[in-house]
Amino acid sequence: MSRAALWIGGGLSAGVVAMALVASVWTPYPPTRMNMRARFQPPGGEWWLGTDHFGRDIASMILAGASTSLMVALAAVAVGMLIGVSLGCLAAVRRGWLDDLVMRCNDVVFAFPAVLSALVLAAVIGAGAHTAILAIGVFNIPVFARVARGAALQVWAREFVTAARAAGRGPLAITLVHIVPNIAGVLVVQGTIQLALAMLAEAGLSFLGVGIQPPTPSWGRMLADAQTYLERAPHLALVPGLVIALAVLGLNLLGDGLRDMLDPKLRRAR
Amino acid sequence: MTGAGRLSLLLARRIAMLVVTLVAASIALFLVLDILPGDPALVMLGTEARPDTLAALRREMGLDQPALVRYVTWIGGVAVGDFGISYTWRVPVASLIAERLAVTVPLAVMAIVLSTLIAVPVGVIAAAAHGRTLDWMIVSFAQVGVAVPNFWIGILLVLGFSIGLGWFPAGGFPGWQAGVGAGLSALILPSVALALPQAAILARVTRSAVLEVVGEDYIRTARAKGLTARQALWRHGLRNALIPVVTILGLQVPVLIAGAILIENVFALPGLGRLIFQALGQRDLIVLKDVALLLAGLVIIVNGLVDIAYTLIDPRLKDRLA
Repeated sequence: MSRAALWIGGGLSAGVVAMALVASVWTPYPPTRMNMRARFQPPGGEWWLGTDHFGRDIASMILAGASTSLMVALAAVAVGMLIGVSLGCLAAVRRGWLDDLVMRCNDVVFAFPAVLSALVLAAVIGAGAHTAILAIGVFNIPVFARVARGAALQVWAREFVTAARAAGRGPLAITLVHIVPNIAGVLVVQGTIQLALAMLAEAGLSFLGVGIQPPTPSWGRMLADAQTYLERAPHLALVPGLVIALAVLGLNLLGDGLRDMLDPKLRRAR
Repeated sequence: MTGAGRLSLLLARRIAMLVVTLVAASIALFLVLDILPGDPALVMLGTEARPDTLAALRREMGLDQPALVRYVTWIGGVAVGDFGISYTWRVPVASLIAERLAVTVPLAVMAIVLSTLIAVPVGVIAAAAHGRTLDWMIVSFAQVGVAVPNFWIGILLVLGFSIGLGWFPAGGFPGWQAGVGAGLSALILPSVALALPQAAILARVTRSAVLEVVGEDYIRTARAKGLTARQALWRHGLRNALIPVVTILGLQVPVLIAGAILIENVFALPGLGRLIFQALGQRDLIVLKDVALLLAGLVIIVNGLVDIAYTLIDPRLKDRLA
């Protein structure tokens, strides 16, 4: 089961990355080129997946959408991971009021799911990829802070850390040399799962119109357009939703598989 | 100190923490929507606005007063149910919210009930069939369910059941005055779309919670007194397994809120999620700030209550206090 998860998840994730890479050098048509004489073409034939209400090629937009979605998700998770892990490690070093403060801040941020904070932020800094990255990234901070803090506390209790302290190493040096390398595995697993959630959130934000702005192709935006023309061209609603689901499924499975690989004791429980 | 005294001290600290978190969330919203833009009135009206309209709005929002006074006025009002006047709709925000709650609350309740009704039996069945094909199928299905965006499910439901079969409206809400039947019928597809991904998460949690419980002593005792494995599971195991399920329901509130914002917009339902989206479209920072505070406050309060309930029911805690 877990080996299958790793392979299927890895395969699907690699597929998304491959789509994003291919789109950066080649798409069947330029993904933003409109062709008013070829609107709402059905799938098959000259346009593999048909065309939309502007006559844009769906297959090209799906390919290009992979790189948009992946970029936003990667940037958001990177923001969350960088800040979150720093805070988590800090909280693990300085127990007491600083630890409490970090955890309370986490509770506050946790109350603002990415969709909510994106709507608020968009009013002030405008809609766009930067808003999506900020909103999703901020929501990721407490997740990584919590995971990093928990894992770091365990490492701090190990003998080699005590030895390093006895040798006169400071907290920063110990964190960089001993703590971070030892919690990296847990962070990669969490990062994979957060990447899946970030792609899902990005799709939602772009669907609402506060994420990726047209004409940049994005899967969520394509679904919003598809809904407008649902009766006329139902096939437009299928492929974007399917690729979102497959990408998220792939990353989730990859994360689960990696976790089982990292900690075989957990294998039985799931 | 007595056990009861220590418990009430612990509860008081939990409640104080809840209030501090609420205040911090409101400060964060105030900073982003009131301070960060420099001149909120200019953001709301745009640069084309006439100077006298701008001046009138500035006066209405109290922008001539210091930030601290504005914050205290806002929070003081919210505390007594006065959310201010919407600039776009020209009515009290409180009445707007009340009106929209009549859609969002039934939607959320239907989604929670539906997802629990699906997830708990499915999770228990999977656990009972642990390691067999049925278990594997349910786990795989749940894994897919977690990955599917709820707004896509919404669109597919409209495609199948509104455009295809014509059983339910594709969107919009007739209002409860049109009859409970018509109202519910408009909420069925949205609540299903909201419930399905939720059910997938809950089913996974239920399954692992039941698997954990199966190894416990009291299940063995129940077996020893003559119950079959199935009877022991349903009668004794489920109740204990439900504790993590309830916790997850609490943790899922932000997911539910994000989902409701999306789903209400898919189905054009006049709920809170639609209201905050419209407020953004209208640049009505007053409504935006109030509704965002309400939704974030809901998350904080529910999680605070779950925390407090834990303090009260955790038997280990009672042992320690005794």
